[in-house]
Amino acid sequence: MKAIYMDHHATTPLDKEVLESMMPYLTEHFGNPSSNTHEYGHIARKAVEEARKKIADLIGAQSADEIIFTSGATEADNLAVKGIAWNNRDKKGQIITIATEHKAILDTVSRLEREGYEIAYARIDEYGLIDLDHLASLLKPETRLISIQTANSEIGTIQPIAEIGQLAMQHKIPFHTDAVQALGKVDINVIRDHIDMLSISAHKMYGPKGIGALYVRKGIKLTSLIDGGGHERGMRSGTLNVPGIVGLGKAAEIAKRDMKQEVDRLLILRNRLADGIDKQIEHCKLNGHPIKRLANNLNYSFAYVEGESLILACRDVALSSGSACTSTSLQSSYVLRAINVPESLAHCSIRFGLGKSNTSEQIDYILELLVRNVKKLREMSPLYDLARDGIDIDKLNWSKHTH
Amino acid sequence: MDVWDDYTEKVMEHYEHPRNVGVVENANGTGVVGNPACGDVMKLTIRVDDDIITDVKFKTFGCGAAIATSSMVTEIVKGKNIDDALKVSNKVVTDALGGLPKVKLHCSVLAEDALKAAIDDYRKNRDSGK
Repeated sequence: MKAIYMDHHATTPLDKEVLESMMPYLTEHFGNPSSNTHEYGHIARKAVEEARKKIADLIGAQSADEIIFTSGATEADNLAVKGIAWNNRDKKGQIITIATEHKAILDTVSRLEREGYEIAYARIDEYGLIDLDHLASLLKPETRLISIQTANSEIGTIQPIAEIGQLAMQHKIPFHTDAVQALGKVDINVIRDHIDMLSISAHKMYGPKGIGALYVRKGIKLTSLIDGGGHERGMRSGTLNVPGIVGLGKAAEIAKRDMKQEVDRLLILRNRLADGIDKQIEHCKLNGHPIKRLANNLNYSFAYVEGESLILACRDVALSSGSACTSTSLQSSYVLRAINVPESLAHCSIRFGLGKSNTSEQIDYILELLVRNVKKLREMSPLYDLARDGIDIDKLNWSKHTH
Repeated sequence: MDVWDDYTEKVMEHYEHPRNVGVVENANGTGVVGNPACGDVMKLTIRVDDDIITDVKFKTFGCGAAIATSSMVTEIVKGKNIDDALKVSNKVVTDALGGLPKVKLHCSVLAEDALKAAIDDYRKNRDSGK
C-alpha cells in the first residue's frame, strides 16, 4: 500500500459517515423503491427521496425531482449529450464543447459526429480557459447543446460557468456541465448559474463507486439511453441502487456542510506545495490556470525529468502523470496537448490531487521527495545537460518517433 | 495496478542504482537516440581502444525501464570488442533484466540503437583518422 494518497481526482476514499448511512439499506431495508404495496418499498423510497433532496440542495436545484440517478458520471454525461442530440435525430444539429472535456463527453460527441451531428469545439487558452467570444460566435439556430465542464480533472482549471449559462439562456440553448471535479469545492447553483443539466459522481466526493446523477432542469426532455420500467421520469430505467443513492445523498450533504472549511484547508496545503516547488525546484512549469483553479489541484511539469521515472522515485505517494509511459496508449495527456504544452513537457508532468486525508506533514514529505529525486534524475538526463549549455531542446533536430 | 508493478526486481535495482551514469571524458564514440517529444532520449558515450570498449557511460531521459535498460547495456558491453558489442540486441538486454512489461519493450530498442549509434560514430571517427 502507498503511504500517502494524493490522487483524489481519480477517486476518493469512502467517508465512514457515508458508509454508515448506507449500511441499513444493504441489509434490513432492502426493499425496491418501486414497490408501492408494502412497507419495504416505502422505506426504500423514502430514503431515495431524502437523498434526492440533499443532492438538489448541494447544487441549488429548485426541486428534488430534477435529480436523475445514474450508474455514475460517465452515464450522466452520455445521457445529457445523447439525450438532447437524439431528440433531434432527423434534423441532427450542432453540439458545442471543448477539447479538454472528460472522455465521457469527447467520445460521446465523436460518436454523434459519426451519426451526422456537427461538433464544434470552443477555443481555450493556454490555461484551458474557454474563450467566451469564440463560444458566442459558434452559436447558430441548429445548436442543440453546449456542454462545458465546471472544472478539469487534470489541470484543475475552473470555467466561467455562470457566463456560459447566461449566454446559453439568452440563446435558449440547453447548457450541460460535468461538475464531477468541482462539487464540494466550487460554489455551484444551477438556478443562479443558468445550468440546465449537471453531472455528478459520488466517488469523487467521498461517496461510493457505481452511483451518480444527472440534474435535469424541469422542462428539459431527454431521449433515454436505457429502456425498461420507466424509472426516473422515464429518463433512466432500472431498479434504483438504493444503498448507493443513500451514500450519494450523504456525501452531498457532507460536501455542502464542509465545503468552506475544507476548501480553506486544501488551499493552505496546495499553496504550501506550490510555494515549495517554486522555491526549491528550477525549471518547473505550472500547467493550468494559476488562480481559476480547483483548491486541491496542482499540475507541474518538471522539465528534463520524465514523469513515470519521477512517480516511480516518489512511489510512497500515489500520484499520476501525463506522461505517455504511464498510459497503455503511449500517448501523452490529451488535456496538456490541447492547451499546447509542448510534448517534451507533457511527458514531464505530475498531477497532485489533494484531499481530506492529506496533512501539511505529508506536503513536506512529498516536497522533500520531489526536490531530491528531480535533482537525481536531472543528473541523469541528457536534456538537462543540453539545457545547461543553453540549447533549446524543442528546436533540435531529433530522430523521428520511435514508437 | 501500478504501471511498474510488472518491473522485475532487477529492473528496479538498476533504476534505483544505475551503473555508469555520466559522460566518458575522452570518449571517441557518441550515440544519441530518441526524442523528447516521445518521452525518451538516451545518450551513450564510449571510449574504444584497439576496438575494445574500455569505458562506457549513459545519460537517459525516460521512464524507469529506459533508465534500467541504459544501465544494463553499459554493464554488458564494457570490456567487449566492438564486433561482439554489436551483437548485443535489445533481447539480450531485456533478458538480462529478467524481462520488461510489453508496453516498455521499445525502451530496450532505444538502448540497442544508442549502442549502435555510438559504435558507428566511433568507426567514423576512427576511419576519418580523428
